[in-house]
Amino acid sequence: MAHTRRPIERPLSPHLGIYRMTLTMMMSIVHRITGGALFFGTLLMAWWLLAAAAGPTAYAKVQAFMGSIIGLLILFGYTWALIHHMLGGVRHLIWDTGRGFGPAEREWLTLATLIGSIGLTLLIWIVGFIFMGGAR
Amino acid sequence: MSDKQTSMRTPLSRVRYLGSAHSGTDHFWKQRVSSVALVPLTIIFVVIIIGLLGRNHAAATQILGSPFVAITIMLFVIASAYHMWLGMQVIIEDYVHSDMKLTLIMCNTFFCFVIGLSCLYALVKLSFGV
Repeated sequence: MAHTRRPIERPLSPHLGIYRMTLTMMMSIVHRITGGALFFGTLLMAWWLLAAAAGPTAYAKVQAFMGSIIGLLILFGYTWALIHHMLGGVRHLIWDTGRGFGPAEREWLTLATLIGSIGLTLLIWIVGFIFMGGAR
Repeated sequence: MSDKQTSMRTPLSRVRYLGSAHSGTDHFWKQRVSSVALVPLTIIFVVIIIGLLGRNHAAATQILGSPFVAITIMLFVIASAYHMWLGMQVIIEDYVHSDMKLTLIMCNTFFCFVIGLSCLYALVKLSFGV
């Protein structure tokens, strides 16, 4: 063990790069990315709740940021990430029971989470804008 | 596990030691339990947020401090902090193989506790109006 040993070059098992990109693979990666984004997104939730607890001045600052173009874009992405991760999670829970692994089923389930998340996000924002106009 | 014995260890001892990580399916199961809890909590949370849109501070704090809303968001915060604590740990373990791994796992724990406690503190303050 006196001299440094070079690591032995062993063949690696096939990884992401050699496979054809499939929808299930894409959505698996997206599930992890949205999870990571939501992890840091909780900073916004904490800021918002603490500002509400602190007082009107702090809350006004949060409202001003959330109402700005950047704030709205972040919130829109946040909404989609949340819904997508939730639906993706439901899909994983279905898979955990051993169901939905057939070639057609798994594609259908995966596509449904994607379409569902986009549809629900748009619906939430449409309802949100109606509320913002109506319930002021 | 195959029937062919490749080690002197009996199947019972393998089960007792809960596999190579000594924790069995513990982490996996906690992730699932928190995810099941988060499905309804997330839906109610989104509905609450929609109800808060466009309201000023006085109205928003009144809603946030009401028992049903405060308790629901507290549950959402606890389940989220726990779920993301477990989730981020897996992400770190998958991609970080250097000395930084333990540091990052520790930071992950601190971050989740800070976020969780901050949100809970705010909600308790809003509820009791101190």
